[in-house]
Amino acid sequence: MCVECGCNAPVPFGLKVIRAFAPGLLRAAPVATDAPPALAPAAATSATPRVVDVRLPLLAKNDRLAERNRGFFRSRGLLALNLVSSPGAGKTTLLGRTLDEFGREVRCAVVVGDLETDNDARRLARPHVPVAQITTGTACHLDAEMVAKGVDALDLAGVRVLFIENVGNLVCPAEFDLGEALRVVLLSTTEGEDKPLKYPPIFKSAQVVLLTKTDVAEVLGFNRAAAIENIRRVAPQAQLIEVSARSGEGLAEWYALLRGRLAKP
Amino acid sequence: MHEVGLMTSAIDAVLDQARIHGAKRVHRIVLRIGALAGVEPESLRFAFEVVTRDTLAADAELQVDGVPARAYCAACAEEFGVDGGAIMACPRCGQFSGDLRQGRELELFRIEMS
Repeated sequence: MCVECGCNAPVPFGLKVIRAFAPGLLRAAPVATDAPPALAPAAATSATPRVVDVRLPLLAKNDRLAERNRGFFRSRGLLALNLVSSPGAGKTTLLGRTLDEFGREVRCAVVVGDLETDNDARRLARPHVPVAQITTGTACHLDAEMVAKGVDALDLAGVRVLFIENVGNLVCPAEFDLGEALRVVLLSTTEGEDKPLKYPPIFKSAQVVLLTKTDVAEVLGFNRAAAIENIRRVAPQAQLIEVSARSGEGLAEWYALLRGRLAKP
Repeated sequence: MHEVGLMTSAIDAVLDQARIHGAKRVHRIVLRIGALAGVEPESLRFAFEVVTRDTLAADAELQVDGVPARAYCAACAEEFGVDGGAIMACPRCGQFSGDLRQGRELELFRIEMS
């Protein structure tokens, strides 16, 4: 739905549930988005000009659906996290390891969004983790409706943590509430220290910022102090954890954060 | 950013209202957009022209009212105006604030029609 990034509205998105080791893959029928209301022929004409103060939030529909998601997650005791970053910051890798370690102790499910392919869902598929892939076609972000449909397709029995891996994009997902309890923004050491200054809205909306790929920071000459200072200036509200999904650095702290936010069973 | 999508939902709402009020022409649409809403007024205007084409709002004037950003400093227990964009430092104590109280508005405020 963006001007700059070339996606169009309305968006016909696809949905696919991936089961690890499943012989055949189930493909759900593409879900049609609501058509815009038809233009009714002008009714009784009135000569008096009218001023109507509507005060309507422009994201009203998404916000309503997001609140519905939030209510659903809460009623099921699900901790929902919205993972956002630029493409290649390490969302899938971090999530994979999280499912292998934390996911053995606490049942997790995943909804993952990309423009095309179910590669990420295949990467994340584990026998103990239900995964749904949403393909957005041209849309550069997940919205609350897509997430609701994705979650609907999953078997949530016993699931306590829902990871929503958003489309890799640091701009548009900032405006789209999915009903998550925590928005987790990833910044990788390969991206440079000033990303928070360049893309402030997404960092401002984060409850958690994960500084990823710390294992390669030294090779890259990454200025850790500057990056942390930039995050602190733009997003003082966010909890910051430095992690490496490869070396395992910081993961204990990440899992502790998840554990601390679990709903009481 | 996503100005076309925003404008599409704004115009959908405008046309709904026009139908409810039995109007056959929309003269003016007023939007309130926060300084930190991440929306470019110029892109909105461009989207407006595209989205209103062949509708009751085709000749309408678009008015975009900006809403300045204000943040809250917990240490001083006071609000302050944010002018430096993304970094919100309290002018009294210098502490950074993440508590934005105003400036993210994306609102269809008013419609004038007949």
